[in-house]
Amino acid sequence: MEFTLRVWRQAGPAAAGGFVDYPAPDISPDASFLEMLDVINERLSERGDEPIAFSHDCREGICGSCAMMIDGVAHGPVSGAATCQVHMRSFRTGDTLTIEPWRSVAFPVIKDLVTDRAALDRIIQAGGFITAPTGGARDANEILVPKDAADAAMDAASCIGCGACVAACPNGSASLFTAAKLTHLGLLPQGQPERSRRTISMVAQMDREHFGHCTMFGECQEACPKQISIDVIARMNRDYVRALATARPDRTAAAAG
Amino acid sequence: MSGASPLNARVPAGPLETKWERHKFEMKLVSPANKRKYTVIVVGTGLAGASAAATLSELGYRVINITYHDSPRRAHSIAAQGGINAAKNYPNDGDSVFRLFYDTIKGGDFRAREANVHRLAEVSVNIIDQCVAQGVPFAREYGGLLANRSFGGAQVSRTFYARGQTGQQLLLGAYQALERQIGRGAVEMHPHTEMLDLLLVDGRARGVVARDLITGHVQSFIGDAVVLATGGYANVFYLSTNARNSNATAIWRAHKRGAAFANPCFTQIHPTCIPVSGDYQSKLTLMSESLRNDGRVWVPARGGDARPPNEIPDAERDYYLERKYPSFGNLAPRDIASRAAKQVCDEGRGVGATGLGVYLDFRDAIQRSGAASIADRYGNLFEMYQRITDEDPYRVPMRIYPAVHYTMGGLWVDYNLMSTIPGLHVIGEANFSDHGANRLGASALMQGLADGYFILPYTIGDYLASSRLSRVDAAGPEVRAIEAEVEQRTQRLLAIKGRRTVDSFHRQLGRVVWEKCGMARTDAGLREALAEIPEIRAEFWANVTVPGVGETLNQALEKAGRVADFLELAELMCLDALHRTESCGGHFREESQTADGEALRDDEHFAYAAAWQYAGDGVAPVLAKEPLAFETVHLSQRSYK
Repeated sequence: MEFTLRVWRQAGPAAAGGFVDYPAPDISPDASFLEMLDVINERLSERGDEPIAFSHDCREGICGSCAMMIDGVAHGPVSGAATCQVHMRSFRTGDTLTIEPWRSVAFPVIKDLVTDRAALDRIIQAGGFITAPTGGARDANEILVPKDAADAAMDAASCIGCGACVAACPNGSASLFTAAKLTHLGLLPQGQPERSRRTISMVAQMDREHFGHCTMFGECQEACPKQISIDVIARMNRDYVRALATARPDRTAAAAG
Repeated sequence: MSGASPLNARVPAGPLETKWERHKFEMKLVSPANKRKYTVIVVGTGLAGASAAATLSELGYRVINITYHDSPRRAHSIAAQGGINAAKNYPNDGDSVFRLFYDTIKGGDFRAREANVHRLAEVSVNIIDQCVAQGVPFAREYGGLLANRSFGGAQVSRTFYARGQTGQQLLLGAYQALERQIGRGAVEMHPHTEMLDLLLVDGRARGVVARDLITGHVQSFIGDAVVLATGGYANVFYLSTNARNSNATAIWRAHKRGAAFANPCFTQIHPTCIPVSGDYQSKLTLMSESLRNDGRVWVPARGGDARPPNEIPDAERDYYLERKYPSFGNLAPRDIASRAAKQVCDEGRGVGATGLGVYLDFRDAIQRSGAASIADRYGNLFEMYQRITDEDPYRVPMRIYPAVHYTMGGLWVDYNLMSTIPGLHVIGEANFSDHGANRLGASALMQGLADGYFILPYTIGDYLASSRLSRVDAAGPEVRAIEAEVEQRTQRLLAIKGRRTVDSFHRQLGRVVWEKCGMARTDAGLREALAEIPEIRAEFWANVTVPGVGETLNQALEKAGRVADFLELAELMCLDALHRTESCGGHFREESQTADGEALRDDEHFAYAAAWQYAGDGVAPVLAKEPLAFETVHLSQRSYK
């Protein structure tokens, strides 16, 4: 197959970026999108040109590293797939493919298609955990978790932290990411003691990181490679209101620290 | 076996069952007030690294944690699908710590240290408790209890799982515990930071030299002990199921600073992966072994048969696993199924465009129980297969081929998980310890978390409490000298400006290692590899091209450094494979097989761990042997006929 790639090139965080066109002839339809970029990079390198920087690792849709807007769509045209799971047969030969990094204030570009997504880690730091230091746990089967709760928690926990939800959102909101973690932990008995403070802390951190607000466009769930439903956001909002009404603000502030 | 071993495994005395208990009591403790005076440097944020960093920090140590990933949530542990073993005996089917210990020793073909494996089985139960407390969403029964399933190499159901994403969920549990400590300011986290050398002061590991992958800045992290949790080296084969960035640089540089490397030739090849489809291929994808419960493996009876599979009548098919292993059939163990696939492909009967593939056919199962029932069992796997190959496995047989996916070898460690360098601890896949010559399914996650949550946090305290550590000046000449070496190496890679890409060398190396030190190994083949690898390495250092500069994110430069190390490690692997003239587990020497073609161990001459000591570039490494004494388990030959 044959393509023209219009790729965002940006030398560094402070540099001005721009699109550069690359011809991409002789591409196997069975190559994944990242393998196609490997081929282009190999050709660039052979000429001594700098290859296109992009994040990637597991290449099977689980590590959450890869992150590209392909023709304006986060992770490209295949639903329920990360960029690494998109194959070139999903495009038509002769197409021009526009490839950009995630676009979000909270995800500054590091180079070319690589962005800094540390803001997502800081949301987890704010409360996306159950406090259970190693060693003090009781026998696992002493905690009963109804199967439907466990399954729903697993659905939410399947988030790979890629940031596609943020990139797809017209407001640049990280609500799907945050709510998925809140839902995962909030559905489990082990997650109850910290549920309110967790909700308040994580939502506050989301604001501090300059993510936008959720106005229920629903673009995030379309872009999510794990197809996490925006139902989790409704749940987060409900928990947030409840937490504000019941939590003592001084203690909450201490918990966020 | 010759003479006394220079390796001291420090296995505690006493009966096997009480060694760990007793050792925990006998180890020195660091008082809570003193813990905060010690800094531990943890390299890597997979299951082992993240669990160790979080736990050490909870105990009160200062922890510096570095990873080349952008976030500690991305390490390759995340890709593990099947599950994690633990001797909980929840299903009441006769499991016990001893049975898990026994299965692991036997599965490893009697090439692991009994005391370590028994301890692993003991702490396996604590891991499940710990993970549940953290909120890992394991699969549940309707009554709310944990669900279990069975896995290869075991006759009991001891595997806990979270759908097909067990590794992801366990890693996120450890990651969240780690993020909690980072948020408290108790762990200093450095993402985008790659360890490029080990810092020794007075013969002890006191820090690492690392490159900031965004700015190119080379800096040292100084501490009182170093923990490597940097994973395995399967990417020496170029194509493997490992994540693309997984590499051996940290353990290899530590090896070159004096850490013995044990059993490098023990690598595991998984029989059911999606075959290579072209030169562009960047990695291989595993298909769960469970498919062999219903799929039948076959190739055309005669070579060069180009007919579509469904047009080949049964009489002209060779269901070779069923033919050769009538009692186990398509469920023959991993190493055996892998070798059999290679054999039929070598005979020219492989299928697919490359001829390196065999069919895994569900036709009979679908006829027997209906497509819906098969979809129920394997729907997600079929979908994954179709997404990658664009073929519908309900209509056309799957094509599969073996692929490398785990390395049992690694840095040699004693019972305390410390390498031959004082202060350098090695945990998870990066060490050699628990799986012998073959790892059982669902045991990698168990070992990573056992080391990180429950073993290292004890043993490292003993090391710190019993060592006199001098102050290290971060700006002193010793540190500066190593930093300068690292910088020079980077500059050297950038300055070659040759004509071949890093990947082209990596692919070339991978082909040699796969063909000559892969599923089947021979004296002649290994000698050829030992001649070819130095040639590839010489050409690499003369003709590689690394575009760009060192002061920015430069992924070609990162790869170049890693491939340069693989080019050295590969030679040691082949040397180890050449010296071990027996077959055991994943290491199959064609010269050492039974009359019916099965692996033949040689316990008289090879019941030891082979620990190689670096002796200088271009100098043959020195072999030290740790004899393996089997006091509890009786040595026996495996048979699957």
